[in-house]
Amino acid sequence: MAEQKQDVLQVRNLKAYYQMAYFGVEREVRAVDDITMSIHENEVYGIAGESSSGKTSFIKVLAAAIRPPLRVVDGEVEFNFGGQKIDPNKASKEEVDAIRWSKLSYIMQGSMSVLNPVRKIGRSFEDFAFKPMGLPRAEFNSRVAAHLERLKLSPNVLNAYPHELSGGMRQRVTIALATVCQPQFIIADEPTTALDVVVQKDVLSMIRTVQQEMRASVIFVTHDMSVHANITDRVGIIYAGRLVEEGPTRQLFAQPKHPYTAHLVASLPRIGDTRERPALEGRPPNLSDPPKGCRFHPRCPLATDRCKQENPPLVDMGEGHRVACFHTDKVKPLIELGQPKVTRMAEGAPA
Amino acid sequence: MNDILEVRNVTKRFGMGGVFGRNHITAVNDVSFTIEAEKPEIFTIVGESGSGKTTLARMILRLETPSEGEILFHGTRVDLRASRAERLKFMHEVQPVFQNPFEAFNPLKEVDRYLISTARTFLKLTKQSDIEQAMDDALQKVGLSYAEVKGRFAHELSGGQLQRVSIARALICNPTLLIADEPVSMVDASLRMAIVNLLKSLRDDFGVSVIYITHDLATAYYIADRIIIMQKGDVVEMGPARAVLDNPEHPYARLLKESVLSIDDAGYGDLDPATELMDQINKDRTGRTKMVTRDDGRLVRVAE
Ligand SMILES: Nc1ncnc2c1ncn2[C@@H]1O[C@H](COP(=O)(O)OP(=O)(O)OP(=O)(O)O)[C@@H](O)[C@H]1O
Ligand SMILES: Nc1ncnc2c1ncn2[C@@H]1O[C@H](COP(=O)(O)OP(=O)(O)OP(=O)(O)O)[C@@H](O)[C@H]1O
Ligand code: SF4
Ligand SMILES: [Mg+2]
Ligand SMILES: [Mg+2]
Repeated sequence: MAEQKQDVLQVRNLKAYYQMAYFGVEREVRAVDDITMSIHENEVYGIAGESSSGKTSFIKVLAAAIRPPLRVVDGEVEFNFGGQKIDPNKASKEEVDAIRWSKLSYIMQGSMSVLNPVRKIGRSFEDFAFKPMGLPRAEFNSRVAAHLERLKLSPNVLNAYPHELSGGMRQRVTIALATVCQPQFIIADEPTTALDVVVQKDVLSMIRTVQQEMRASVIFVTHDMSVHANITDRVGIIYAGRLVEEGPTRQLFAQPKHPYTAHLVASLPRIGDTRERPALEGRPPNLSDPPKGCRFHPRCPLATDRCKQENPPLVDMGEGHRVACFHTDKVKPLIELGQPKVTRMAEGAPA
Repeated sequence: MNDILEVRNVTKRFGMGGVFGRNHITAVNDVSFTIEAEKPEIFTIVGESGSGKTTLARMILRLETPSEGEILFHGTRVDLRASRAERLKFMHEVQPVFQNPFEAFNPLKEVDRYLISTARTFLKLTKQSDIEQAMDDALQKVGLSYAEVKGRFAHELSGGQLQRVSIARALICNPTLLIADEPVSMVDASLRMAIVNLLKSLRDDFGVSVIYITHDLATAYYIADRIIIMQKGDVVEMGPARAVLDNPEHPYARLLKESVLSIDDAGYGDLDPATELMDQINKDRTGRTKMVTRDDGRLVRVAE
């Protein structure tokens, strides 16, 4: 059963900093600080973490979307598209352009604002998808319309300008653009923030289907832990520029091993809840001058002297559950998961 | 009776596809509600993507003119062609937080300049130190500080930071009505609760009314006094937030509640779309409908 899954992306000791000089004073924001991980084929990998912890910066590096002052200062990123290996930050612009949209697509955070305001939506589809898809015009048109339909958008939107669509409609248009060519690798940064929960389900289910049809890989960044719970196979938690925990989704939710993850999993309010939830004490660390040792120690209820001095390495605890904490044995889940409603994905899941 | 805001049978129709477009859509259809001055409240609008929530907010903010109906602010009609003094007075009292912070800020302008100009215009502050103090106070409320945003452009902040800057900007001039369109969609749950608690304290301690547009039913339940649920321009259900969310009656409202994803399903993926039910709901709405009042004070749209 445990077929070894192919790695499609490997990230090794990646460090990417914003390096700036403000009025002659050098400043460095260490947004991605020594991340090592890999993404398999045929999986959805979720990334969660505090606001401003470096999630967007990290995936920008992966998506070859960085520009100064953000620089890769160390480490490697390597995609492997069926034997074709490419480091998006070292490859030439032509090489990167050749894989964009058709193999690797990136849905930026707030991407509903990137649509060209003076071009009708239909034009944007032609600009991005017509060539990579290489279909006769009529077939292209009907394929696009059918794809929009899956996202509960009428083909009329092709005839509209971006400002004539609601926030959530534009968000779905960018998702449609990024998925219509059925790329091998999709990177999505908060792609469903403007969707109601009914449509969100349609969208997530479309992404899941396209992913499974292609045995593609998806990196899905969101703050919404319930979305992670339902669409991902594995989840990685980023805290202050570092990957602090990673594991199979069910396990990470049921048995978080890092105190920050335990907090995150329990922080989601539910309908019917009127209790105040304890917020995390203290402020997000300053990435120009992060705390020594474990970066979570100033806010961690379990912190000891060792935590203040040493940086806990990411350790594999078995079954691909990796954690960076000295005191995992003391971490207790803060809530208990209920029984799942369905078991479909577990049964149908390709090994 | 003294109302801050009265929305009276407001309808908005748009043509699509530019000036020559042939598709017409009714973005908002005959919506009415009032917010009373003596009873500051958090009035929540939830509903389908594309159901007219932002359009409704933009009409209240005078950024869009209703096709039918009218909107009264303190009993007078909100006029798009008002004098500058009147416009400023209105903006001092009614402040927006726009849906997508990436669109709300001009990429070529440092974000603190928005805060500075708000402090200058509405608080009439002139001394640099006073302005900075006012900015820092507002930013601290959303977990940021002036030092963190000083001189930064929108693209130099994370999504959640930017979203919080736009909330802070709206708070600077101490509005009486805050219109917040998905103000917490890009922040983590902890911060989200902190900001939602801030809205609550604005209401309870400062008498500010808030129109809170959101897709997050859990925070709506947590803070809202009243809720309206919209679908395709129509209000399908409206009433006391907890009563409605505990027990939604309209089929779309029920579907909405049922579709909330749960972490109990972690690793199993409960993603079956409710296509058939949705088709049925859409079919039913084509017939004649009317709003009826229930005992608990809610209004529900039913077939005539
Ligand atoms: N161009 C830039 N110059 C300097 N600092 C930047 C720049 N862009 C982002 N930062 C900083 O880098 C840090 C990480 O930002 P990033 O956007 O990666 O966070 P994030 O985890 O995606 O947060 P969110 O969930 O709020 O979107 C933040 O402190 C942010 O202010
Ligand atoms: N300027 C415009 N011109 C034409 N149509 C418009 C315009 N603005 C909005 N619409 C249409 O009006 C309808 C309602 O849009 P609105 O932005 O109010 O929805 P919303 O409820 O805020 O949705 P979301 O949750 O996705 O943000 C949509 O069908 C949209 O296409
Ligand atoms: S290493 Fe120490 S400070 Fe860091 S998370 Fe673990 S217990 Fe807390
Ligand atoms: Mg981000
Ligand atoms: Mg909207």
